[in-house]
Amino acid sequence: MASEKTLTIAIMDAPYESANSTSALRIINAALEKGHNVNVFAYEGAVNLTMKAQQPHPNPVKGTSVEQEQHPTTKDWVASLFKLASTKDVKLDWVNCGLCVDERGAGDWIEGPRRGGPKDFLDASMASDATLVIPTK
Amino acid sequence: MPKILNIVETAYRATIEEQDDTVLWLTHMLKNAGADICVLLRANAVNYAVRGQDASGLSFGENRMTHSPEIDKDVATMIEKGVAVYLVDEDAVERGLSEGELLNGIRKIKRRELPELLDQHEQVWHW
Repeated sequence: MASEKTLTIAIMDAPYESANSTSALRIINAALEKGHNVNVFAYEGAVNLTMKAQQPHPNPVKGTSVEQEQHPTTKDWVASLFKLASTKDVKLDWVNCGLCVDERGAGDWIEGPRRGGPKDFLDASMASDATLVIPTK
Repeated sequence: MPKILNIVETAYRATIEEQDDTVLWLTHMLKNAGADICVLLRANAVNYAVRGQDASGLSFGENRMTHSPEIDKDVATMIEKGVAVYLVDEDAVERGLSEGELLNGIRKIKRRELPELLDQHEQVWHW
């Protein structure tokens, strides 16, 4: 059952750079599982989390193929979060910062996220029950 | 072949997404390519030497991660390959890590011994 609670979360880290991204996605997953709405403001390198062109790779150290390695991609993880939100009948509003997208050439992303800006983050935060910022350190 | 020392101090940096530690992975690759390379674990990265780590169970919706990082096994494999893995003893003690928790083959080194270790290597890469 969906709740009336809404969490806004701002993230900054690029994929494959720190544990912050995984932690943020885990928090989003937990909130959606509990039936809460979640707004995400992907800022700076975090706009790369949803890039469509991400591909898994084999691991030459372990000698594993692409199929054996099952290397995760953040775009697949985020896609699963959108699917989870749909299943739970709650809203996941994922905003990629447009200027951050432009300076990185990161405009081709999976279905789900939308282009926006800091004002979206402000509006979402004002309308939410809580806001969590996970910055790059 | 110049001797290389890889100093790793940032622990668990995107290890879930990468399924390993990127610097340890690079060390593996360079060793395979013939490098004379060893590793020094310091600060929070001393935890990489703790045996029995388990990062399994992560899932997002229906997407389950089937291959989790096994940092301790990666370190053990590296040691088996002939890569010397040093660990700053005081950093381990400060984090409550006891001798019995550490992998076999880890070479503990005191902070006062670091200058000598660094001097034994032509290249020191501090990640």
